Amino acid sequence: MAKVEIGRIDQLPKRLGKRVRVGNHELALFRTGDGRVYAVENRCPHKGGDLSQGIVSGEYVFCPLHDWKICLKDGRAQAPDEGCVKTYRVAVEDGSVYVEL
Amino acid sequence: MKRKLVLVGNGMAGVRCIEEIVKLDREAFEITIFGSEPHPNYNRILLSTVLQGDTSIEEMTLNSWEWYEQNGIRLFAGETVTDIDHEERVVRTDRGRVVEYDELILATGSNPFILPVPGADLPGVTAFRNIQDCERMIEYAKAYKKAAVIGGGLLGLEAARGLLNLGMDVDVIHIFDYLMERQLDPTASKLLQRELEKQGMNFLLRKETAELFGDGRVEGVRFKDGTEIAADLVVMAVGIRPNVDLARRSGIAVNRGIVVNDYLETSVPHVYAVGECAEHRGVVYGLVAPLYEQGKVLAEAICGRKGKPYEGSVVSTQLKVSGVDVFSAGEFMDVEGTESIKLYDEARSVYKKVVVREGKIVGAVLFGDTKEGRKLLAMIERGDSLEALSLSLFAPASSGGKGSLVAAMADADVVCGCNGVTKGAICQAIAEYGLKTVAEVRDYTNASRSCGGCKGLVAELLEHMLGEEANRYAVKETICGCTDLSREEVLEAIKEKRLMTVKEVMSVLGWKNEEGCSKCRPALNYYLGMLYPGEYEEEAESLFVNERLHANIQADGTYSVVPRMYGGVTTAEQLRNIADVAEKYNVPMIKLTGGQRIDLLGVKKEDLPRIWADLGMPSGYAYAKALRTVKTCVGKQFCRFGTQDSTALGIRMEQTFERLKTPHKVKMAVSACPRNCAESGMKDVGVVGVEGGWEIYVGGNGGTHLRAADLLCTVKTEEEVIEMTGAFLQYYRESAHYLERTSKWVERVGLEHIREVLFDVETRRALLERLHKALAATKDPWREIVENERLQQTLFRDIGDKEPVPAK
Repeated sequence: MAKVEIGRIDQLPKRLGKRVRVGNHELALFRTGDGRVYAVENRCPHKGGDLSQGIVSGEYVFCPLHDWKICLKDGRAQAPDEGCVKTYRVAVEDGSVYVEL
Repeated sequence: MKRKLVLVGNGMAGVRCIEEIVKLDREAFEITIFGSEPHPNYNRILLSTVLQGDTSIEEMTLNSWEWYEQNGIRLFAGETVTDIDHEERVVRTDRGRVVEYDELILATGSNPFILPVPGADLPGVTAFRNIQDCERMIEYAKAYKKAAVIGGGLLGLEAARGLLNLGMDVDVIHIFDYLMERQLDPTASKLLQRELEKQGMNFLLRKETAELFGDGRVEGVRFKDGTEIAADLVVMAVGIRPNVDLARRSGIAVNRGIVVNDYLETSVPHVYAVGECAEHRGVVYGLVAPLYEQGKVLAEAICGRKGKPYEGSVVSTQLKVSGVDVFSAGEFMDVEGTESIKLYDEARSVYKKVVVREGKIVGAVLFGDTKEGRKLLAMIERGDSLEALSLSLFAPASSGGKGSLVAAMADADVVCGCNGVTKGAICQAIAEYGLKTVAEVRDYTNASRSCGGCKGLVAELLEHMLGEEANRYAVKETICGCTDLSREEVLEAIKEKRLMTVKEVMSVLGWKNEEGCSKCRPALNYYLGMLYPGEYEEEAESLFVNERLHANIQADGTYSVVPRMYGGVTTAEQLRNIADVAEKYNVPMIKLTGGQRIDLLGVKKEDLPRIWADLGMPSGYAYAKALRTVKTCVGKQFCRFGTQDSTALGIRMEQTFERLKTPHKVKMAVSACPRNCAESGMKDVGVVGVEGGWEIYVGGNGGTHLRAADLLCTVKTEEEVIEMTGAFLQYYRESAHYLERTSKWVERVGLEHIREVLFDVETRRALLERLHKALAATKDPWREIVENERLQQTLFRDIGDKEPVPAK
C-alpha cells in the first residue's frame, strides 16, 4: 500500500473531475459539492468512459458516454446497470491530496 | 497479489457466478475455469431448439472465447478435474495439471439419470443432456426411422419434438398416466397430449420399461406388462442426478447434492457449490432462476461483500413445449381444502385454472395462453386474496385485451424469471435508452436472455410503451426523478419567484436530490439561459461534457473539432490552415460531416484550446444543443436546375442564427429547387427554392425517428424566410421540453397550433424580439476559452502524471 501525493486541493474545482495518472493507474478525482474528495478508477465499467468528465451530483458521477450512474463512495454502478469501478482511499492533509494505491 | 479462484464446471450456473464476480471486482481474482465439454459456456436450455433445427450451436453460446480472454480468465475446456486436495488447496486434472486455489467453486451440474435396466448400454441408447447427445441424435436420424423416448416430462417431450423434426417416427413412453405430471394437472396434460398427437407423437402411458433389447445395437423396448415396441434409437429422459462424484471423493459433505449453507459454503472451508450439483436446505434446483440467484449471493460473499443470504427460491414453470405454451406455479392440483376457478375452452385449446385456499390464491395452471403467468406468480408469492384477481384473466384469449394485461402488471412484478427482471426495470430501460426491440431489451436488462419464455411479454411491453408513448405510462411528465414538477410548473415558478441559478431552483422547489442529476441539471441550465438571456451565467458543472468543453467526446475519450464554415462553403486558405493544424497536432482522422463541415477527430482534451487558437475559426457548434449547420446545394450560381441562390441564403441563415441555443440540436438546409440536394425535407427547418419564392418545411428529422418535414408556409423573399425561421426557432426554444427534437415537438403541439402562433403578426414580432435579445448575448465560446487562462486551467488541464512513489 503506497500513499502518493497527487496535488493541492485547490487544483480540484468542486463538481468538476480531474484525471490523473499514477504509474499504471488512471484515476478520476472529484471534490463534491460538500467538499469531500473521492478517487475512483477512471474507466466506466460499461464502455470504459472517461468518468472524470461526467456530471457530478452529490456522491455520484454520471458517465459522459452513456449516462451510467456510478457511486463515488463504493464504486458501484446504480441500478438497472451493474458493475463496479475501483475506489481509492483519499486523504487531505494541509491542503495536499494523497491517494492510497 | 490477486487471489486465485478456480471454478470446476463451465456451465450456466458457475459461469454466471463468475460474471457476477467480474462485475463486482474485476481485479480481485486470477480466475481459472475447467469444463469437461470442449465448448465455451452455452445455454443448455436451448439444446432442444438445436435439435429442432431452430438454433445453431453458435447462437446458444453465452460467453464466447473472447469473453474469457477479455476478462483474463483461463479456460481449460475439455479437461476434467479429478481431485481436490483441500489441505494443499490444489485441484488436479485428468491431464496431470495441478492448479492452486484460494477459493474454489464447484458447479459440476448434473448427469442424466440412466434407467438401470438390461440393455441400457447398447449402442443407440442415449441421454439428452449435452451437445454431443444432440449431435448423436441428429446422426441417428439420418440412418434410422424409429425412435422411442422414455420419459414424458418436459425434456422427453422436447426431445420427441426434435426427433419428429428430424423425420423420425416417435413413441413417447411414460410411467404415469398423464404427461408432465410435475407441472400440469390432468386436464392441462390431456390438452397437451392432444396437441402433441396432432403433431405426430405417439404416446404409451402407464408403461414401465423392463429392458432394452437388440443384437449389437438397440432394436426395441420391452415393458413389464410383456408388450414391446421396435426402436432404432432410444432416448432416456427420465431425470437428472446431481454430479457429486468429485465432491464425495474429496471428502466434502454430500447428501443428494453437495450440501451448502445460505452462503453456498460447503463443509470444507474455501470450497463453495452452486447450481444443480448443490443441495440447499434439502432442495436441489434444476431451473435457471434459482441457480442465478445462488450465483449472485456467492459472488458477493466471495468478493467480501457478504450481503443477503440465499434463502431458497419459489419455483414456477413457464415453458414452451413444441409450440404450446404452458405455465404452472404453486399448489396447482385440486385437493381437499382448495377451490378453483377454471376456464376450459376446448375449441381453442385454452385452459386456465387458479387455485384458492382459504380465500388466497395459492397456485395456477395455464395452457395455451400463458401471458398472465408472471402476474399470477407475483400474486401467489404475495398471497393475494381472490378479489385481486381480474376477471379479464378469464376473457377469451382472442378478445384483444392485450395491452391491458401488461398495463395491469405492477412495476415490481417479474417478467423474466430466469434473470429476475421486473416490469419496472424493463420499462425504465425502454424509456431511458429508447429501446425498440426485444433484442435491445435483452442486451440492456438481461430479460429473455436465458430460456426466452418471456419474449412475448417483453414484446408486449415494448408495444405498450412505444405505442402509447407518454399518455398511458407516464401520467405526468416530470423533468426527471428528482422532482414531481413538470417542465411547465418549473418554468412558471422560475419566472414567478425570479429564481436565477440551478441551485436556487432546486432548493426553492424542493428537489429530492440536493444536486439533481444528469437530466435535470442540463435542463435547468437551458431553461434559465432561455429565460434570462445575457443575465444568466452558465454553470459549467451542470453541462454535459460536450457543451462544457465545446467539443464532442468520442468513444475513446478523445474529442473532435468542427470549425464553422457558413453554408458549407470554405476557401483555399481555410483548408490550408486546417491541414496545417491537423499535421501539427497529429490529428488521426479528418472527415467530412453529414452537414458539410470538416471534422478533426481524435484530439486530446488538453490540446483543444491550442487547436482552436491556431485555427482562428469560430466554433462550428457540432457538439451543441444549438444551431449546428445549414446545409446547402450549389444553387442557381452553378446548377442548371437551380431556381434560387440557396448558398447565399444558407450562409445568411447560419450567420443570423449562429450560436442560438435550443432544446436539442437544430439542423437546417436550403435547396435551390425541389430536387432537394441539400435534403431539406428531413431537417428541423428546410427551405426549398421554387419559382418566385421559397417553401419552408419544419419538424423533419433524419435521426432515430425518421420524419419527413411538414410544409409550414410558402413565402416570397429571403427576408420572410429569415423572419419565419426565427419565429419558429424562438417558439420552439420557449415551448419544447429540453432534449425534445422539433420532430417530436411539432407532433406534440401540432402544426396548426404552430401556424396560429407564427402567423399572428403581433406574436411573431414579440417572438423575434426575444430571439434577438438571446442572439445579442452570445459570444464565440472557442475564442472566450482561448483568451481565458483560468477557464483553460479549470476545464481542460488535468493534474500531471504522478510517479507511484509513496509520499513521506
